[in-house]
Amino acid sequence: MEKNTNQPGKLVRRIVYVALATGFLTAVAQPLRIKEEPEKETYEKVADGKDDAARREQESKDAFLAAYTVFMHPRCMNCHPSGDAPLQGDDSHIHAQNVTRGTDGKGLYALKCKNCHQDANLPGADMPPGSPGWAMPPAKHKMIFQGMSPKELATHFKDNHYTGFKDFEKDMIHHVEVEPLVLNSFIPLEGRSRLPMTHEEFVAKVKEWIEKGAAIPDK
Amino acid sequence: MNDNTTVNRRKFLQTGALAGGGLLLSFYMPALGKGLKRVPPAPATCAPNAFIRINADNSIKILCGHSEMGQGTYTAMSQLIADEMDADWSKIVVEAAPAHQDYFNPGFGMQLTGGSASAYSEWERLRKVGASARAIMIEAAAKKWNVPAAGCTAKDGFVLHSSGKKISYGDLVEAAQGITPPTDVKLKDPKDFKYIGKPVKRLDTKEKTNGEGIFGMDVKIPGMLVAVIQRPPVFGGKVKSFNADKAKAVPGVQQVVQIDRGVAVVATGYWAAKQGREALEVEWEDGPLLDSVEQRKLYKEMANKPGSVALKEGDVSAVTGAAKALDVEYETPYLNHAQMEPLNCVADVRADGCDIYIGTQAQTIDQMVAAGITGLKPEQVKIHTMLLGGAFGRRAIMDGHIAAEAVQVSKAIAKPVKVMWSREDDVRGGYYRQFSHHKMIGSLGADGKPLSWLHRVVCQSFMIGTPMEQMAVKNGVDMIAVEGATELPYEVPNLQIEWHRGTEAVPTLWMRSVGHSYTAFAKECFIDELAFAAGKDPYQYRRSLMDKHPRLRNVLDVAAKKAGWGTALPAGRARGIAVHESFKSFIAQVAEVSVTATGKIKVHKVVCAIDCGPTINPDTIKAQMEGSVVFALTSAFYGDISFENGRVKQRNFHDYKIMRINEAPVVETHIIESTDTMGGVGEPGVPPTAPAVANAVFVLTKNRLRKMPFPADVRKTT
Amino acid sequence: MISLKVNGKNYEVDASPDMPLLWALRENLELTGTKFGCGMAQCGACTVHMDGNAVRSCVTPLSRAAGKNIITIEGLNDDIAQRLRDAWTAEEVPQCGYCQSGQIMAAAVLLREKPHPTDEDIDYGMAGNICRCGTYQRIRKAIHRAAKASTP
Repeated sequence: MEKNTNQPGKLVRRIVYVALATGFLTAVAQPLRIKEEPEKETYEKVADGKDDAARREQESKDAFLAAYTVFMHPRCMNCHPSGDAPLQGDDSHIHAQNVTRGTDGKGLYALKCKNCHQDANLPGADMPPGSPGWAMPPAKHKMIFQGMSPKELATHFKDNHYTGFKDFEKDMIHHVEVEPLVLNSFIPLEGRSRLPMTHEEFVAKVKEWIEKGAAIPDK
Repeated sequence: MNDNTTVNRRKFLQTGALAGGGLLLSFYMPALGKGLKRVPPAPATCAPNAFIRINADNSIKILCGHSEMGQGTYTAMSQLIADEMDADWSKIVVEAAPAHQDYFNPGFGMQLTGGSASAYSEWERLRKVGASARAIMIEAAAKKWNVPAAGCTAKDGFVLHSSGKKISYGDLVEAAQGITPPTDVKLKDPKDFKYIGKPVKRLDTKEKTNGEGIFGMDVKIPGMLVAVIQRPPVFGGKVKSFNADKAKAVPGVQQVVQIDRGVAVVATGYWAAKQGREALEVEWEDGPLLDSVEQRKLYKEMANKPGSVALKEGDVSAVTGAAKALDVEYETPYLNHAQMEPLNCVADVRADGCDIYIGTQAQTIDQMVAAGITGLKPEQVKIHTMLLGGAFGRRAIMDGHIAAEAVQVSKAIAKPVKVMWSREDDVRGGYYRQFSHHKMIGSLGADGKPLSWLHRVVCQSFMIGTPMEQMAVKNGVDMIAVEGATELPYEVPNLQIEWHRGTEAVPTLWMRSVGHSYTAFAKECFIDELAFAAGKDPYQYRRSLMDKHPRLRNVLDVAAKKAGWGTALPAGRARGIAVHESFKSFIAQVAEVSVTATGKIKVHKVVCAIDCGPTINPDTIKAQMEGSVVFALTSAFYGDISFENGRVKQRNFHDYKIMRINEAPVVETHIIESTDTMGGVGEPGVPPTAPAVANAVFVLTKNRLRKMPFPADVRKTT
Repeated sequence: MISLKVNGKNYEVDASPDMPLLWALRENLELTGTKFGCGMAQCGACTVHMDGNAVRSCVTPLSRAAGKNIITIEGLNDDIAQRLRDAWTAEEVPQCGYCQSGQIMAAAVLLREKPHPTDEDIDYGMAGNICRCGTYQRIRKAIHRAAKASTP
């Protein structure tokens, strides 16, 4: 999307990608994200005059639409269902064990998420995937994806009551960048379809959406 | 079979202490592991017959030849004996009998638990066993007191004398030695039953709530290794070659040996064996490659052609003047028994004998099969029947392959071994309830009554080619394959039941309620279709056609009445009804059903009426009805074993689903008081459930569910 | 060697850290009350308590179980356990019995966290445990009975 490849921002982003790809997520991503700030300014400087705002808005929407394919993929959406039961599998069926969210999102009684989901994915098809802190969003901020149009989802993301974020921009990017559960979605599972893009690409799309104004898609 | 029964009846009274306690004590070796009930050394034991051991501490051990797989037979059989011997129930302990002809099922001529037959086949024999022991106790007391036996009575584990003297059975153990069992015993008048017909507490609850119960899976004997077997991925397949190098490199793997049914990876424990198997390289020669889509097409074509006639009354092809006609098809899939305990067997083959520890329904077969493999005499093969973690027919197999595998591995490695099946092995292991296709053609007269009924069944036979073929096959029809269809209780002047033998692509087997599990679905849905075609109430319509079946009609009436048939229901709910006779019992069920916003069936309640003749334990009967309904709903909603390129598509409980507690309905059971002939209770609760639910769904959606499993969204059915 | 604390006793188990806890319990420690049903956390027959949670031991690697406080059916002996066993007996719950260790382990956590569960709570707590014999109706009754038997 960016034509000028000599932008320092691009270089920084590449470093971020490399850092993410090599796994130095929490340690490295935070400081780099702050360093990225100048990129916005740089972008503005090179942008075309009067159509700039409209173009930026369109690009923001496009970026969201791209990221939306990840949000709505079963690997992500299954823990962001419209009801209180998590979903399973590529067909997003209701979790077989009648698991429910509970107030903290960690399941209830003998059916807490971590009773079956370990700290890492288990080898073999249809084995419980795992990650530290396996859980759904808490009852207070259910973060529902299922059934949401791009317009609805983008609108909701910007609503801190919905997400539980304090600072939408910062927390949203942080969540998609470093949250282990988000990262887990990008690890291939035997017998399951893969997300439509890499984690790096996804993070870039979310950032682009936000940095270009977090525009709400039309539909 | 009758001859066998007579011989056995006579035999039990003669054998006395033949199958003595020593046999059983060796079974409960401490080496077996923790949790086994250790029997303290008995100071003295009286063995009035093969089934009873009276100990000096007043405990009475009952040796049960029937396998306990959840159906409550240990308790029910003990009730028969304890009642007639006037024993104190709190002193009864029950143990699995060894494999021995004394314990042959009177109905089968071998030791086999199945066909819902234990209760009615033992009703007389085990009561006589108990009465005989009681007579011995009375005679022993009379001898001890030097009084005439006529002045003695027995009650609650004591012999009483008119003089007021009283002695416990345990104190009579010595005096009872050498007393000849009476040749003729008088049985109680049913009004005097103390335990029979009462909701006596099960004898196996404690060990099933504290972890102490020992199932086949839990057996451990000294020096035992654990094996898993890589079986062909396609039924009928064979090992072409295998390379065990990588498997043997897995820590814990000790040996890799080929047996008849595959390649066994033997290790120090299950996890190592399983890892070893994953590393094993086997090249297979495949059998025929079954495809479910193709099979469906084939069966459908077969169903359009006349089959072998199982039953013919009148002439279905000569019906004239029919006001209405229906021509529809029903289908049910292959099903896996999916008992909770995956299959397993421990075998210890030695030069001088063989011990087999197994949760089996068929001790005699396992014993013969092991004798055949080892070259030992059958009596050198000891079968230790463990608790069965469910069975539903899967552990009653003509070829004894579960035991055979373990015996072959133990023989090959010259060590005791436990062969364990993973859940995947079990789901993909074959011996399924058959896939079936049903062509139903019916016509109605102007009065709405049926004029003709043709039921053509297409399915495999698991009887043909076995020793039971002769018993099952009549005029080229496997009568077990069409059971339930051939006993149509409805008056239809022109009736024909036909059968086509499906291609033998997959090993099939009886599963809880056997042929009835699919014939009742087709039959009870089709009569419902005819009722609606006639514009009649489906309960009243059935009822009007059942004059010659009063017991069946009675349970239909009771179920309808108790379910409030015809009364208003909350909006969105409907009732469906079905009635069926199987295993000599008569059962009607009314299902109360709704359909959720996403099209999922919700069964709220099933009201069940059963007439099984005299009852041994009403609470067990209720438990069996409750369990049968859930079992049937699992089949109706989820059960489906299907094939692609010869391979079974399903693997484990995630894709071979079992009903869970949040989906289970309330089951309300009404037992008819009856002195009529006795029937079974383990299976007959299953057949009516799926049709009752399908018939209720029709009321709600106007869609007929003619194929099991039912679709996840019933609104989409046409 | 992996250190396990099971039913209050300490054990050293010579096994691979990725081996599921179930096999250490059943084969190494000979605590066979915990059952194998599926090996993929579908059926709940292998349920044990690990630091108070009803974990599925068939998918719990020894590396996670090491050092945790593990209770199996053989070691479940508190007041809740007694009430559950009494209720299971009174309602005649078990048929084949194979799943019942897991059912009781699950029910014990349910009652500890929700002493007077509703039917809905029971559905949320117990649907991870399959009973092929279909004893669900009695399990439900028994849990209610055990709850009522608690001393306030």
